[in-house]
Amino acid sequence: MRVIRYIIQKEFKQIFRNRMMLPIIFVMPVIQLIVLSYTATFEIKEVRLGVVDMDQSYSSRELVSKFQGSPFFKLVNFSFSIAELEKEMQKGDLQQIVVIPQNFEAAINKGENPKIQIITDAVNGSAASLMTYYTSSIVMDYNRQILMEKQPLLTATTGIRTPYQFWYNPELDYKNYMVPGILVLLVTMIGAFLSGMNIVREKEIGTIEQLNVTPIRKYEFIIGKLLPFWIIAMFDLAFGLIIAKLIFGIYILGSVWLVFAVAAIYLLAVLGLGLFVSTITETQQQAMFLAWFFMVIFIMLSGLFTPTESMPIWAQWLNTINPITYFMRFMRQVILKGSSIMEVMDEIISITVYATSMLSLAVWRYRKVN
Amino acid sequence: MEIAISVKNMVKKFGDFVANDHLNFEVYQGEIFGFLGANGAGKTTAIKILCGISSPSSGELMVAGYNIYKNRDKVKKSIGYMSQKFSLYDDLSIAENIEFYGGIYGLSRQIIKQKTAEYIHELALESYEKMRVIDLPLGIKQKLAFSVAVIHQPKIVFLDEPTSGVDPITRRQFWEMIYREAANGTTVFVTTHYMDEAEYCNRVSIMVDGRIEALGTPSELKNQYSASSMEEVFIHLARKATRID
Repeated sequence: MRVIRYIIQKEFKQIFRNRMMLPIIFVMPVIQLIVLSYTATFEIKEVRLGVVDMDQSYSSRELVSKFQGSPFFKLVNFSFSIAELEKEMQKGDLQQIVVIPQNFEAAINKGENPKIQIITDAVNGSAASLMTYYTSSIVMDYNRQILMEKQPLLTATTGIRTPYQFWYNPELDYKNYMVPGILVLLVTMIGAFLSGMNIVREKEIGTIEQLNVTPIRKYEFIIGKLLPFWIIAMFDLAFGLIIAKLIFGIYILGSVWLVFAVAAIYLLAVLGLGLFVSTITETQQQAMFLAWFFMVIFIMLSGLFTPTESMPIWAQWLNTINPITYFMRFMRQVILKGSSIMEVMDEIISITVYATSMLSLAVWRYRKVN
Repeated sequence: MEIAISVKNMVKKFGDFVANDHLNFEVYQGEIFGFLGANGAGKTTAIKILCGISSPSSGELMVAGYNIYKNRDKVKKSIGYMSQKFSLYDDLSIAENIEFYGGIYGLSRQIIKQKTAEYIHELALESYEKMRVIDLPLGIKQKLAFSVAVIHQPKIVFLDEPTSGVDPITRRQFWEMIYREAANGTTVFVTTHYMDEAEYCNRVSIMVDGRIEALGTPSELKNQYSASSMEEVFIHLARKATRID
């Protein structure tokens, strides 16, 4: 125990003497939370819309005014030439074009089915379907209005009505979804990068040899090396949660203790990964690249930005060995839905199994003797 | 005489490369044993094995009275090591380095304090006390590294090129420290490239291409090769080397 204390004491001295450490611990969480939470959003507002109205009728103007009145659209170009608007789209100035053909009103009056054309910039597929969805709801809305004018007997009560209720995030605020995920990202990066780099640094400067000659035991070394980063990551989680409360008004609906207890276990898995990386690399550069490689893949797969359910089967299978996925799910459940320990038991078990095996693998791989 | 290190048929291979080819030698307790050889002769490999941070491919090894395979921990408590690479922490002060290594070797707080005061006094480091090691001159760093390597009063201390790159005055002071340590009964196992230092050793071995080509007191070796200095002996033997560094 005394030996471990001496190592921890030394680590903390070195950590706080490193000029980069304090910004990493205090500034990085704030910047990550603010920048990522506000920017990583799929909501589309103010779609840049161009309209070609060939009909110039009361009905066509009425339809256009629906677009103008919607917060999702911003009418930026009005033209009689489709070709001109297509050029604009090519330049990226327009995202969507609505073409209302001649005889639009005439067709409505005759009871025929008038057509309008919608052209969407679909370079970003999910954004395109969202834009198309917005457009069709506006058109359908107008459609219903026409029907009611033509056949006043049909009232708004006719047909199936679907009143919506959005639970857990009633305003559909994307930030609510992102913030718990960013917190996961934060503790993961602190744990995996800093621990791995720290051990490899001793290899690089050669002090590891000196340590290996001493009677220091493997478990003493590993505990002494990992515990400081465990403490820093736990501290950063608390710090991040405070920022989430102060800036975003997001607080833990479930148990605070549960969040910290499971984070404590999860961090063992992450620190184990860092230690493992340090056992198979010789320089900080290698360690950085390898840790980055794991992180990018695990983060992308974890469901931070896109739902894991919509990933291909092989990716979902890969996710069963991704610790970030479990912790991400756990954090969102407990923070946003207030899930109880029993409701997230699956995640807790997976995280625990992961932490145990990752740490064992790393400890087994770590050699004092070549 | 009591035997501090006994090496029989020690072999270390890296793939096809034989770094240490059937080494055989004994080192007596309290002597200064010079372990010489050109760059790439296999000295550092052998030292690392004797210190227990590298495993030999085969051979029988006894260090400080213990079998290195069975009692690695006991061996480690009985030895000190100063590696070729600098082994103190640059971002810690002198006192913090001493405290850390003292703590690792299980010395009590009181002894650590005592040792710190002693070293600072002996090495005349009073004006450097609060400085981080990175800001110290190389000579002082090396002397401090040596002091830290023997902080737990080991039976044997291994020094891998401890004086490379330091000025002649510091080298002399360094060897005075080595003599003091040996006078206290510590066995000193030292590698060097300076042949004048080889003359200070009780006995020396000279390695060429992974084998020990000569072993004896400096005067024995000079007689054997009819040389006037250790430098001549060394050049005579090392010329045979075929390995390229």
